[in-house]
Amino acid sequence: MANVERYEAPESLPELTQILAEGPATMFAGGTDVVPQMRVGARPVRPTLININRLADLRGISESNGVVRIGGLTSVADILDCAFLKQVASVVVQAADCFASGQVRNAATLGGNICNASPAGDMIIPLLVLDAEVELASWRNACVARRRMPLCDFFTGPGKTCIEDAEVLAAVQFPVPKPHTVGRFRKFGTRPALDIAVVSVGLAGVKENGCFKDARVAFGAVAPTPIRGRNTEAALVHVELDGDRISDIAQVAEQEVSPISDVRASAWYRTHLIRELMERMLHEVHQTRD
Amino acid sequence: MKCIKQEISFTLNGGAVCVDVPVTTDTLTMLRDRLKLTGTKYGCGEGECGACTILVDGVAVNACLMFAVDCHGRELTTIEGVQTEDGLSTMQRAFVSCGATQCGFCTPGLIMQGTSLLNRSPDISVEQIKRGIEGNLCRCTGYHKVIDAIATALDSNRSAPKEHS
Ligand SMILES: Cc1cc2nc3c(=O)[nH]c(=O)nc-3n(C[C@H](O)[C@H](O)[C@H](O)COP(=O)(O)OP(=O)(O)OC[C@H]3O[C@@H](n4cnc5c(N)ncnc54)[C@H](O)[C@@H]3O)c2cc1C
Ligand code: FES
Ligand code: FES
Repeated sequence: MANVERYEAPESLPELTQILAEGPATMFAGGTDVVPQMRVGARPVRPTLININRLADLRGISESNGVVRIGGLTSVADILDCAFLKQVASVVVQAADCFASGQVRNAATLGGNICNASPAGDMIIPLLVLDAEVELASWRNACVARRRMPLCDFFTGPGKTCIEDAEVLAAVQFPVPKPHTVGRFRKFGTRPALDIAVVSVGLAGVKENGCFKDARVAFGAVAPTPIRGRNTEAALVHVELDGDRISDIAQVAEQEVSPISDVRASAWYRTHLIRELMERMLHEVHQTRD
Repeated sequence: MKCIKQEISFTLNGGAVCVDVPVTTDTLTMLRDRLKLTGTKYGCGEGECGACTILVDGVAVNACLMFAVDCHGRELTTIEGVQTEDGLSTMQRAFVSCGATQCGFCTPGLIMQGTSLLNRSPDISVEQIKRGIEGNLCRCTGYHKVIDAIATALDSNRSAPKEHS
């Protein structure tokens, strides 16, 4: 096993990306995934350990030109407390509210949740339904280069993403949701706090006169990565919701997922839960005035 | 795995501390095994029980999930540091008067989490207190007396000035 031979705690993006360009490194932000993974040896150790927690530039929530930007180091607690997000994109705040515990939320970062790439990662689902992009930064030609990609293309498997070794997730951004956007996040676990989602469902779309003009749906913990529910989306738009229609749409959701059985739940139970959560969510949305 | 050490300095319960720690060590191990402050408890080592709760720059976190090297330049408060010049803190006194402690293993973590709730907003509901201690497990009390204690401390603090950050 490799040894940790170097420790760095850079304070700026140019500093960090230059260190990343020098060779294999393990980064940590809040450490809530990395510390337990290292302790049990579940993570290959690289020669350099980088504490990215000191990059003030990567922390914070802002809006400009109709785009909301959340820095990669923003904590889940900061997202939960953000009045602006509550107002324009409450679905993200709803997910932060079911995340772990107060102590974990204070340390856990958005970038860490996304880059840990758990199929059950709670902050990923609301961002998928908001059509978010990730911004990845690296050191190229003597300066910081940035590239963007849709969040829905970022994940390649459990714990695996398109991020390169020399890149850091600088921010996540998404268009300010249009007026009349409805957003919901539901997570099912065996207890209300400190639970990894058995399954989770996210929904966002513009709802007018009892009907979705557009809709995005995402599911957590039912596939090797968090996924968009394209069939469910198609079944949902331009349909006047009523009891029968809701049941039909929930059935599309159920047919669209193919989860596995593991220690937390069987495939059958997960599939059933997707239907149930989808149905409840749509009933609730249907009963809420536009 | 071999790993290098790093010298870090920080403020611990109001005093300056300078130690060298292996860079992969967690804060709980540093506090208990290196600095011999055993008031902060090791319950699960994975963020589930809250027995290791400490304040870092006034914010409650699980010491078992935090890299010790990340303490550099920060201000830590552990259960050993919540006492004031007049003796026990408001939160500690409330735990005693409400009988919120039995075996006591969860108590340091709950006092730290309670203290952080109290510092954040003195006006929180019982429902918010319940949500606030979601990350703390207690196998003895059944939580009712813990919730009473935190509510009592909040009440007595509303009239008194802020005592700790
Ligand atoms: C008790 C407990 C409860 C939990 N509950 C939940 C829960 O309810 N929902 C949930 O989704 N998760 C949960 N988690 C998992 C974890 O807290 C989250 O995934 C958290 O958001 C990780 O953030 P972090 O900053 O702590 O990441 P770290 O542990 O610091 O890093 C995680 C990974 O991301 C990489 N990384 C971090 N930041 C960046 C960046 N900016 N750019 C590139 N790579 C980066 C690291 O290299 C590492 O691979 C829980 C964990 C614990 C211990
Ligand atoms: S020991 Fe840290 S949460 Fe249990
Ligand atoms: S008093 Fe024993 S665990 Fe809480």
